[in-house]
Amino acid sequence: MEIQNMQTKKRRMNKKNFFHRDGVRSIFFLLPTWILLLIFFIGPILMTFYFAFTNFSLTGAAARQLKFVGFENFVHMFQDPGFRTSVMNTIIFLIFSAILGQQILGFLVAYLMKQKNRTFRRVAGMSILAGWVTPEIVAAFAWFAFLHDDGTLNALINLIGIKPVSWLFTFPMVSVVIANIWRGTAFSMMVFQSALDDIPKSVEEAGKIDGANGFQQLRYIILPMIKGTITTNMILVTLQTLGVFGLIYAITGGGPGMKTQTLPIFMYNQAFVKYQLGYGTAISLSMLLIGAVASMLYIKLLKTEV
Amino acid sequence: MRISKKLNKCMIPVLLVGVMIFTACGSKEVSNSENSDNDKLKTTEVTKKEPEVKKENISIKLVYKYNEDWEKWFGDLEKEYEGLHENVDINPLPIKSSEGDFFAKMALMMQTEDAVDILTEDTFMINSDAAAGYLMPIEGIENWSEWDHFYDNVKEGVKDSKGTLYGIPYNTDTRGLFYNSEILKQAGVEMPWQPESWDDILEVCRKVKVSTTDVIPIWFNTGKATGEATTMQTFEMLLYGTEDRLYEDNKWVVNSQGFLDSLNFINTVYREDLGPKLSKVLNTQGKNYARNELIPNGQLAILLEGNWVPKNWRAGAAGEWAEAVDVMKIAPMPTQNGQTPGHVSMSGGWGLAINSECKNKEEALDFIKFATTKDSLVNYSRHGGSLAPRKDVVEDEVYKKDVFRTEATKFLEFTHYRPASEAYPSISTEIQTAVEAVAIGELTPEEAMEAYAKNVKRIVGEENITTK
Repeated sequence: MEIQNMQTKKRRMNKKNFFHRDGVRSIFFLLPTWILLLIFFIGPILMTFYFAFTNFSLTGAAARQLKFVGFENFVHMFQDPGFRTSVMNTIIFLIFSAILGQQILGFLVAYLMKQKNRTFRRVAGMSILAGWVTPEIVAAFAWFAFLHDDGTLNALINLIGIKPVSWLFTFPMVSVVIANIWRGTAFSMMVFQSALDDIPKSVEEAGKIDGANGFQQLRYIILPMIKGTITTNMILVTLQTLGVFGLIYAITGGGPGMKTQTLPIFMYNQAFVKYQLGYGTAISLSMLLIGAVASMLYIKLLKTEV
Repeated sequence: MRISKKLNKCMIPVLLVGVMIFTACGSKEVSNSENSDNDKLKTTEVTKKEPEVKKENISIKLVYKYNEDWEKWFGDLEKEYEGLHENVDINPLPIKSSEGDFFAKMALMMQTEDAVDILTEDTFMINSDAAAGYLMPIEGIENWSEWDHFYDNVKEGVKDSKGTLYGIPYNTDTRGLFYNSEILKQAGVEMPWQPESWDDILEVCRKVKVSTTDVIPIWFNTGKATGEATTMQTFEMLLYGTEDRLYEDNKWVVNSQGFLDSLNFINTVYREDLGPKLSKVLNTQGKNYARNELIPNGQLAILLEGNWVPKNWRAGAAGEWAEAVDVMKIAPMPTQNGQTPGHVSMSGGWGLAINSECKNKEEALDFIKFATTKDSLVNYSRHGGSLAPRKDVVEDEVYKKDVFRTEATKFLEFTHYRPASEAYPSISTEIQTAVEAVAIGELTPEEAMEAYAKNVKRIVGEENITTK
């Protein structure tokens, strides 16, 4: 009898412990997040993988009957001149607008603003931030209005007697690169500002006492100290730029021809204009791959841990 | 007591999860779970629904591609029909989008339950949407006394390749050359202008270029941005004037002299600078710019377009121009070298179709029949410039008032229809890509045709293509 009582007590204790154990409890509290992630994040990713191997289409018989086509979409992708052009365009767009533009310009702005007075920092910072705060489509339209044939820029150069230029037609890639730099620089600037503010004054002063000039300070003290930030920012900016769709779509629509057709635009055209959803998802997977490869490359090149 | 307290504590996260799922999905189906709370929700929802069912009010969602005429016409129809049928509620839902986006949006909506009952369907989408199972076949139309009044070839446009009917047409169209008679007269062209070959057109364009400043000789849709308009109003108007076709004996012709000649014509126009600036024509707004600004300003000599263009010059329209009726004329498009029948036109049009997800199919069909009676379509021709699909409407005085429309209706004699194949919409986008590439000089006509052949082969498979 006694033993039985003891056993029931023990069981009860176990039960109590079961609910009170930290691991079990935290699972309960994490469940909602996990379920939401599963439904809205992991689910679509898995579906993308699945659809990339099918002939899924928006209309036509394939819309009713999904067929598994193996690697056909990927084989076609590598033979498709449209895909090759889009990859090249994406790389050009990435190098000029993300790496050279946003990253370097963002750092320069942050660096130059470092020792300036507060009013200057505020005014300069705010005007750069304006580009970042502006919604994508508004920024795109502003640039379209500025650059198109009867736009502000042509009106201005007309005043000083220069013949108008079809900017969006003659220099489409330059136009979208500049627009994206204008929009994205503020982000890099903010990231670098906070990194630069974290460098202890004493280190810089020590450098100064040892006779390092401005460039040497930058090269041997500041840059090595913010290496981690450079990598992180590089990855973030690259991924953001890889995914830019609205800006390009609204300014040039990927044209003329295929001149500004980056991978997101190419994917959209295949999936929603040519109704080939399966092929479109295969292209989106390739974008995922490019993003991952680029991120790993940065980490490797800059030898940092993120 | 203590245990129940603890149990309560544990239940909080469980309930939270339940609530999260419920809000996350926003769907009634989740209430299948055994959770008692959810069950309660389920029952309350059911009781809420019941009074609605008792009233037997039927709501029909009519989704259409927005334009002013259709908004007015569907507005009229809604009022009239609801006046006759108390329990039916017609909800016209306009979609304001570019042409390509409209079809993508419709395809997505038609997969969704309760999103669309009736839709406006461009006839070139009928085959592929029917194959996708989006549309309800309409049976027993022979018993509808009004059906005999429709033109036979227009009826073919709303059937799929197997002959099943999927919609009732409410308009049709033709294409031709609109020209500014004053500019052409000034360039020394005899009026009325009757071009007999493509060379005639090019020659007049060259004359216009020499004799005027600031006037664009010819404009036709050229880019991917103008979607099907580029394929049909430009490329097919050329191709169907040659010896070759796009689709013959159930195979796609991917390589033909006619195809190459058509691209060459486009190439000639842009290389000789007879067309508009490419930056103007290669965007979605290009069409409106040509008809609403260039033409009323007398800056465009010839426009290859559809019969609906003149409505833009009416009083109150975007390109209002009172003199248009006297200055602008319409000529039929000649075949390449004047080969019989001498002229060419392309026809399409729109029909009202029923989504296969529609729950009140009989009521939907009844509304469509009401919308396509003679009276309704005469009223429609008051709002817009479309050609009527019914013989009795064409003979009506209201319809005849529009001189451009009366002329354009004559083109139905020698018109062509687009291939009745479910692959057509995808192939059409390949044509647009080829036309744009040639126009901007990215590809030569030969290279563009080669790229076209490659892409079409991928879309329909090697067994469905042929070369000439």
